[in-house]
Amino acid sequence: MEKMRMNVLICSGTGCMASESEKVIKNLEAIIKARGFANEVEVVKTGCFGFCEQGPIVKIEPDNVFYVRVGPKDAKEIVDEHIVKGRRVERLLYKDPKENKPISRQEDMQFYKKQLRVALRNCGFINPEDIYEYIAAGGYEALGKALLEMTRDEVIEEIKASGLRGRGGGGFPTGLKWEITKKQESEVKFIICNADEGDPGAFMDRSILEGDPHSVIEAMAIGAYAIGADKGIIYIRAEYPLAISRLTTALKQAREAGLLGKRIFDTDFNFDIDIKYGAGAFVCGEETALINSCEGKRGEPNYKPPYPAQEGYWGHPTCVNNVETFANIPVIITKGAQWFASIGTEKSKGTKVFALAGKINNVGLVEVPMGVTLREIIYGIGGGIQGGRKFKAIQTGGPSGGVLTEKDLDAQIDYDSLLAVGSMMGSGGMIVMDETDNMVDIAKFYLEFTMDESCGRCTPCRIGTKRMYELLNKITSKKGTMADIDALKQLAYMIKDGSLCGLGQTAPNPVISTMKHFWNEYMDIIKDVDHPQGEGRYVPKNKIGMKS
Amino acid sequence: MGNNVSGFKIIYRKEVRIMTKPQTISVTAPAEEEFPKEKYDELEQFIDGMETTKGALIEILHKAQGIFGYLPRDVQLFIARKLGIPGAEVFGVVSFYSYFTTKPRGKHTISVCMGTACYVRGADKILEKMKEKLGIESNEITEDGLFTLKDVRCIGACGLAPVVMVDDKVFGRVKVEEVDDILNQYRK
Ligand SMILES: Cc1cc2nc3c(=O)[nH]c(=O)nc-3n(C[C@H](O)[C@H](O)[C@H](O)COP(=O)(O)O)c2cc1C
Ligand code: FES
Repeated sequence: MEKMRMNVLICSGTGCMASESEKVIKNLEAIIKARGFANEVEVVKTGCFGFCEQGPIVKIEPDNVFYVRVGPKDAKEIVDEHIVKGRRVERLLYKDPKENKPISRQEDMQFYKKQLRVALRNCGFINPEDIYEYIAAGGYEALGKALLEMTRDEVIEEIKASGLRGRGGGGFPTGLKWEITKKQESEVKFIICNADEGDPGAFMDRSILEGDPHSVIEAMAIGAYAIGADKGIIYIRAEYPLAISRLTTALKQAREAGLLGKRIFDTDFNFDIDIKYGAGAFVCGEETALINSCEGKRGEPNYKPPYPAQEGYWGHPTCVNNVETFANIPVIITKGAQWFASIGTEKSKGTKVFALAGKINNVGLVEVPMGVTLREIIYGIGGGIQGGRKFKAIQTGGPSGGVLTEKDLDAQIDYDSLLAVGSMMGSGGMIVMDETDNMVDIAKFYLEFTMDESCGRCTPCRIGTKRMYELLNKITSKKGTMADIDALKQLAYMIKDGSLCGLGQTAPNPVISTMKHFWNEYMDIIKDVDHPQGEGRYVPKNKIGMKS
Repeated sequence: MGNNVSGFKIIYRKEVRIMTKPQTISVTAPAEEEFPKEKYDELEQFIDGMETTKGALIEILHKAQGIFGYLPRDVQLFIARKLGIPGAEVFGVVSFYSYFTTKPRGKHTISVCMGTACYVRGADKILEKMKEKLGIESNEITEDGLFTLKDVRCIGACGLAPVVMVDDKVFGRVKVEEVDDILNQYRK
């Protein structure tokens, strides 16, 4: 391989591909070749840089210049000015909206300053379709270390000591889950990566798989070694064609390099991974439903216990972890639990990736240490609200979460503080709403989603969400009464208490939390506020939510 | 009508509709499409080539939908017989997952993203406009067979919200006024 004088990194994640980054790549390559630089300058397709609002993004190394919103027509200028003459193309630099001056270095941008990239460490740095770039960045070192220098228990101890908790939403300590699975006595065990990412508007897991698929593969191998599995499955949404193709390439390369298959690193550890495709069902993100779906069945959840760690895929002990959880594992093994545990808050260690979207200036993928505040994310990294409008609310936790308002903006982001203020961490979706958004509509939007996605297995969720939706519909068409508000609340608590799985148990959350924070907006459209037939303040009396 | 496909007698019948509410049945409902034998052969080869069919139903359905474009009753029955499972089990899985469709699609599929990021940036208005312009609801096909309209949840380009996808092409930051332009590109 020739030594390259310059690398042109360009994002080829789904978001940027949608704004023609592929054409930019083609043009760049063609023009570089035409100018005779083909063996000095290389165009590298990388994963997501995170700054999707400004995509497609082109970064020139080693000059460390960051161009934004690059169109196919800009390729010529970048090559002729920057690459040939060494002059920056001012026009394509990012402009700080406050000071209105161009910034060329990523590190100087408000969007990146507060971020700390651990799970996303390789996204936007390496070419995800080349295993050697991953290895050059320290990849598969952790697997080697685990297999050659550590016992299975030591691996588990390390993960436990790091304090890593599941990033799929539940926040269950990962090391503990591995330990429980390891302790099961069974010849056959499985490790599954949950890449079903159902929260609409969230794209953390997709970006990791598109930008750094090997980190997940490596981590699954480490996990398999620790729990004693020799077979892994990645369950991925069929709607993620690019991630699927990158994963397939990565698996093939890992097999060819002997990092998957028989006798990995010349030890007697054997391991391989299959891909299984989802088919568009949100509930399949729930682990027992996911396992049913892997078995080719309807993706309906089961009652827990038994937990998958006890009885999972075809009845064998199965460890299910989220993509982002896995992406953290290799660095924990190489840099040590101490290092990881030094980031974050007391009970939530490390970083978390969020997909920031909605009425915010800088839509994109951000990774921050646990413990930063929502305010820092919205006004610092996010650059404030679009069009200078006023902030109204932020929804975390997707359709299972709740809204938070101005007064909660100083809450620290970690599992427990978000629960304490009435929302949840969830898998990392963050939707910002401004003063023009109607919160009853938002609640209805989320409820429509859960109603559509309810699998129908248990009655409270199947029928309850439908009834709630009908009530909300009545209310938003200004025909609702206080009695409807009572009924809505009563149903909400009943569904929460009576549903089988997390989908139903959390489905009413958006309604409950918008009622709590935006009661006025409900009252504004209620017909009989002045002479109510109901009280509008139903409180559940006992556990199953029935009035006794 | 009958067609002998690699040893399986496939009987073509009009779909039996189970009616839960009164619906208007169009008199000229097209008879179920007949597929060339090659398509069935391709599917059969795929199934025969699998190491095991245990737990592989969803994978097979993905393949079948890739081959046939959709999953009509005959294809479902073909798969059921091939795997030796009841047709109801296949239908149960097909109807559970929104990715699988039992209706043919138009020449172009328009997917309007109704993910949260797009919704808060006005995707509902785009969807309404599409419905109005095409004269159909979601998951329906236009009379001329040119378009199928779908609302989908997040296609992963939230930075460009609201997003509309026609086949594989993504249109970002779509405004209601642009809906016509987009459709006209495919109308010719
Ligand atoms: C309705 C529902 C949807 C879920 N969707 C996802 C998902 O899309 N991705 C995910 O990783 N976990 C999802 N989960 C959580 C999983 O059940 C499970 O807790 C997780 O995959 C475990 O991995 P972790 O410990 O690494 O977080 C969902 C749970 C519920 C109840
Ligand atoms: S919500 Fe529409 S692309 Fe993500």
